[in-house]
Amino acid sequence: MRSFSYQRASDPQAALQALAVTAAATTPLTEASSQPLAGGTTLIDLMKLDVMRPERLVDINPLAGNWAQVDLDGGNLKLGALAHMSQVAGHAEVRQNYPVIADSLKLAASPQLRNMATLGGNVLQRTRCSYFRDVSYAECNKRNPGSGCAAMDGFNRMHAVLGTSHQCIATYPGDFAQALIALDAAIEITSKSGPRSMSFAEFHRAPGDTPAIETVLAPGELISGFAIDGRWPRSVYLKVRDRQSYEFALASAAVALDLQNGVINDARLALGGVATVPWRAREAEAVLKGQKLDDALAERAADAAFADARGRQHNAFKIALGKRVVAHALKKAIAMEI
Amino acid sequence: MSDKINSPRSGFDRRAFLTGAAGTAVAIPLTARAGNETAQAPEAQDPAAPVQVTLRINGDSRTLALDARTTVLDALREHAGLTGSKKGCDHGQCGACTVLLDGQRVVSCLTLASAAEGREITTIEGLAEGGKLHPMQQAFIDQDAFQCGYCTPGQIMSAIACVREGHADSDDNIREYMSGNICRCAAYPNIVAAVKQAAPEILKG
Repeated sequence: MRSFSYQRASDPQAALQALAVTAAATTPLTEASSQPLAGGTTLIDLMKLDVMRPERLVDINPLAGNWAQVDLDGGNLKLGALAHMSQVAGHAEVRQNYPVIADSLKLAASPQLRNMATLGGNVLQRTRCSYFRDVSYAECNKRNPGSGCAAMDGFNRMHAVLGTSHQCIATYPGDFAQALIALDAAIEITSKSGPRSMSFAEFHRAPGDTPAIETVLAPGELISGFAIDGRWPRSVYLKVRDRQSYEFALASAAVALDLQNGVINDARLALGGVATVPWRAREAEAVLKGQKLDDALAERAADAAFADARGRQHNAFKIALGKRVVAHALKKAIAMEI
Repeated sequence: MSDKINSPRSGFDRRAFLTGAAGTAVAIPLTARAGNETAQAPEAQDPAAPVQVTLRINGDSRTLALDARTTVLDALREHAGLTGSKKGCDHGQCGACTVLLDGQRVVSCLTLASAAEGREITTIEGLAEGGKLHPMQQAFIDQDAFQCGYCTPGQIMSAIACVREGHADSDDNIREYMSGNICRCAAYPNIVAAVKQAAPEILKG
């Protein structure tokens, strides 16, 4: 690991100041020389791999006093960015009112990592693309812009089939973000000019021509929390992977439904393990609304969700698998007893 | 001519040697840095200079001179002479380095020592009391829950947390909540049995 200096931030202003010191506005966040340290489960790992090379770490854990709340307030949910995954996954009221959130967190990583990793860091976790993580591959447009992509013609079984570009097919690896995007969450970002709120759906950026830029978060800004309006007791997170536990998704689905007399009044669907960014499947939602779910409708919704999917040599199976995951998740949500 | 072969205990002891060697190694930087202690401003450090980090390990306070890059795992093994916590993957994937931080299990290989300052670290060495093994240690022996033993300290620390979290109530839950600890000898069925054996005693105590 390259050397760096470590400092602890006592309050948000000190943290923002320390992070902004060396940050040029044009630097992608992931390349900024000052990086915030929360759980460290992605950052320290990638620093050991020499993929990330910050010169300064700003430990923001002392801010947890203000930014770690789990607050169900009048039918809405507020989550602090420094709340730990395990804390939210095991929260009884979150589990009851937002099972899709609790399960997306519970089914991710290991118990140890869930005790360390924070919600803010979770949505910033970086791809598990093996060509990105291994610096001995010269070609990686995300790590080294303009160098090419070793995954395109490499072993791409784990790679994305949705949201890809001619530059990058790396899968967004997280689970929690699918729950957030399905529930129309807002993300709160704090910068020197104060906090601002934006739709979580606009937070991640598809790779396009600039796969090194993964989110709209700029150097010198911090995620301070998330907010969700309304409750979604009829919601599920279904995750299919190579082993039953402690593995990234091959395909996953976050589903939330609002039923009235058996008719789908509102439907939310997001896909994980198959796309370059947290993926909202709005076309599938449109197929479901106003209908009663049966096998045929579930299949039509799944087809709509993957209509634009494009498989490559080793990952085309994810299209068929992803459709089955969507159909199964929908049936699971319908069968829930609320 | 003697046929006597020294037993590892009476002659050369690998663990004692390693522990002693680590202790000697750390004595040098500590002495060398002692005069500069006040120059270590908590903010804006020179990345090349060691930092004084005070860790609470198994109830004791240890002040160590560490490179900022040092993880809790390396601080324990290389600087504090506590080699019970094991380095497997060093990337948070295998769980061999699991310790408790303020009572919660974490992987010490991805935890910076500096970030653990002021928090209580519990390692496998801190479990036995007055020569009596912790119930989970005893259960691992009783149930033959290991073969090579390399993952065992991490398994035991994780298993204690699993019980305290309330996740040892079924075989399925034990498997799910012990999934962060890989056992390459595949002692998994016996590990489940050990967790089940120790759980009532831990929850009672």
